[in-house]
Amino acid sequence: MELSRRRLFGYSGATLAAGAAAGAGLVSVAQANDDRPAEEEAVPFYGAHQAGIATPVQDRLHFAAFDVVTDDRNRLIRMLKEWTAAAAAFTGGHPYGSAAGGLGESPPDDTGEALGLPPARLTLTIGFGPTLFEKDGKDRFGLKAKRPAALIDLPHFAGDDLDPARTGGDICVQACADDPQVAVHAIRNLARIGFGVVSVRWSQLGFGKTSSTTPDKQTPRNMFGFKDGTRNIAGTEAKALDQHVWASGSDGAAWMAGGSYVVARRIRMHIETWDRTSLQEQQDIFGRTKGEGNAYGAKGEHDPVPLAKLPATSHVRIAHPDSNGGVRILRRGYSFTDGTDGLGRLDAGLFFIAYQRDPRKQFVPLQNKLAANDAMNEYVQHVGSGIWACPPGVRKGGYWGDGLFS
Amino acid sequence: MRHVHVLAAASAALVSLAALSACGKDDKGGAKGGAGAIEVTATDSSCDVAAKSAAAGAVTFKVTNKGSQVNELEILAPDGKIVSERENIGPGTGAEVTVQLSAGTYKVMCSAGMTGKGPTQALTVTGQGKAADPRLDQAVAAYRTYVAEQVDDTLSKATEFAAAVKKGDVEKAKALYAPSRVGWERIEPVAESFGDIDPKVDLREADLKSGEKWTGWHQIEKALWKTGSLSGEGPFADQLVKDLQTLKAKVGTASITATSMANGAKELLDEVATGKVTGEEETFSHTDLVDFKANVDGAQKVYELLKPVVQEKDAELASTLDTEFAKVQKLLAKFQKGDGYVSYDTVGAKDRKDLSDEVNALGEPLSKLAGVVAK
Repeated sequence: MELSRRRLFGYSGATLAAGAAAGAGLVSVAQANDDRPAEEEAVPFYGAHQAGIATPVQDRLHFAAFDVVTDDRNRLIRMLKEWTAAAAAFTGGHPYGSAAGGLGESPPDDTGEALGLPPARLTLTIGFGPTLFEKDGKDRFGLKAKRPAALIDLPHFAGDDLDPARTGGDICVQACADDPQVAVHAIRNLARIGFGVVSVRWSQLGFGKTSSTTPDKQTPRNMFGFKDGTRNIAGTEAKALDQHVWASGSDGAAWMAGGSYVVARRIRMHIETWDRTSLQEQQDIFGRTKGEGNAYGAKGEHDPVPLAKLPATSHVRIAHPDSNGGVRILRRGYSFTDGTDGLGRLDAGLFFIAYQRDPRKQFVPLQNKLAANDAMNEYVQHVGSGIWACPPGVRKGGYWGDGLFS
Repeated sequence: MRHVHVLAAASAALVSLAALSACGKDDKGGAKGGAGAIEVTATDSSCDVAAKSAAAGAVTFKVTNKGSQVNELEILAPDGKIVSERENIGPGTGAEVTVQLSAGTYKVMCSAGMTGKGPTQALTVTGQGKAADPRLDQAVAAYRTYVAEQVDDTLSKATEFAAAVKKGDVEKAKALYAPSRVGWERIEPVAESFGDIDPKVDLREADLKSGEKWTGWHQIEKALWKTGSLSGEGPFADQLVKDLQTLKAKVGTASITATSMANGAKELLDEVATGKVTGEEETFSHTDLVDFKANVDGAQKVYELLKPVVQEKDAELASTLDTEFAKVQKLLAKFQKGDGYVSYDTVGAKDRKDLSDEVNALGEPLSKLAGVVAK
């Protein structure tokens, strides 16, 4: 049976461990407080689109890129089916299989660190990278013909200093949740289920959301202390989502209808030099005020931007849809700080995540322009990168990528 | 070795958490099958067992330590051998031990201070119970033979190694070092079940406790590869042989069950994952891949012996293990050089990642072996 995490809400791991050590039964499991209905905190897993794209951005991220280490297509499909079942359980606030019951002689199916935690709006979003379709000229899984034209190999952008160990990956999984432990638990268990089929190539934790897909909310600040992406596509803008985010069957790849293309960039921020930069220069670089976040010449952060009033090399002016023929992307990036860099500086920055309908028309031209002209470039460096085709949502009875593999 | 493992503890099934699987109902607590558990109350001088008899099959003992010393519960077979035991039951705590018992008269012993001695009480087990699978008994018997062969192998090669060390022949000793460890590494979990031998022969320098005397293979390894001098190493070489002779004398009494064999196989892969893939085991000689291969061979032997049962109970697991053992052997073969393997310090990051991936790929399904065998 499935043991709901909610049922154990309020039980600390220590209590469980102590109970185990003493061989004592857990008496009050059923009496655990449960005053919040699960549906308030669980994001539906099944649907036309994958959750975790238009979903209101959660507080925490664990993003993982995997390499497929088997040549066996059927084994890969089996794993995707198992991943789907696990993802449905995790996002619903349940362990996958048995976490603390089960046979004494066997390791528990689920690693257990999310027991007692609410679903925390966990979403798990999968994407398939270019190398899954073809690697070193080899059609590894008979998928080459199904590679969407929009799933390009990203070009080199000026200033890129990409670390191969933080770049690419055959499959990505984005785990977002309001509780970091819930997100990490999901990735950890997917990695475990995948042993022998996939191996983690790299993974990234993000601690603070830097974008909002809920327009009435204030835009969260990034590690520069600024609001950025105030014109983000909101999860409620159905028309904009159809136009800019969701792929259509008529775009070329029928299996991607309702899906989206994600580009992730690990952007190191030189925060120490940034912090020594005058307020005026910081504001000029963005083209907006640091306090309110309004663009120069505008009042509020969400007000229309009079582009002509912004410095020509300012970030907002270059990236704004009105400077790009209306091109928009849906951003849901996170700040990261991965310890220090050995030189007494924080290894900090933005893990940029953007969803779009066609990277050739959206991310690539935008980034080419930013890489060439953005005054911010002095303070940022792109050190990791990836692009993946995220299939449409899973229907009950289906599995992640069933349209691709069928 | 990194840590002292106690294989015997793994042979006892833990069911204390089974209560969790029954949650959602008005659970009054207590373990699954708790109603049938035999209460054992241990003190520093007594062992009170609440029942004098039990039905054959899975018998659960629920022991409570009311004494002041750390206690140990042992279930002794009619012939005096240990059927199962649970160590380290602290004062004021308890534990549950589930054992498969067939008809006969057993002794339940509480050993305060874990001396292996203590008050006992007889327990008569009657009835048929679930018939034991004769294939598992055969597997255990065959494994005992394998273990004995490996101990003989490691002892004879360590004796040659010791002779070279005592002669001061550095080159010959270097050549004999890794092969002398192969038999040991293949059966390490069994060898480790004799808790006192393992630290004497296989302790790494980094694992030494303050004031602990360092002996064994790795002490000589450091002399050979780091200092390059065997001066003063003679007594260490003699001690190594002596300790392995003790292992040979004791190994026949090791408690081995099909479940403990399977757990041992999983532990061998754990050894590879934590010690060999990282290059920590053979810090000076870098012969880690020889140990790696021996650990994998030892685990594969266990699997091959249990395979008929695994194929019947979980064909998919058997198929996965067949695939993964073949893959790890194929990968290891890439690094063969002469009779041995390339020095691990020449194995690059990409190759180490491949080895690590394969250890994960094999270790994960192998961890399910014990559960399948015990089902």
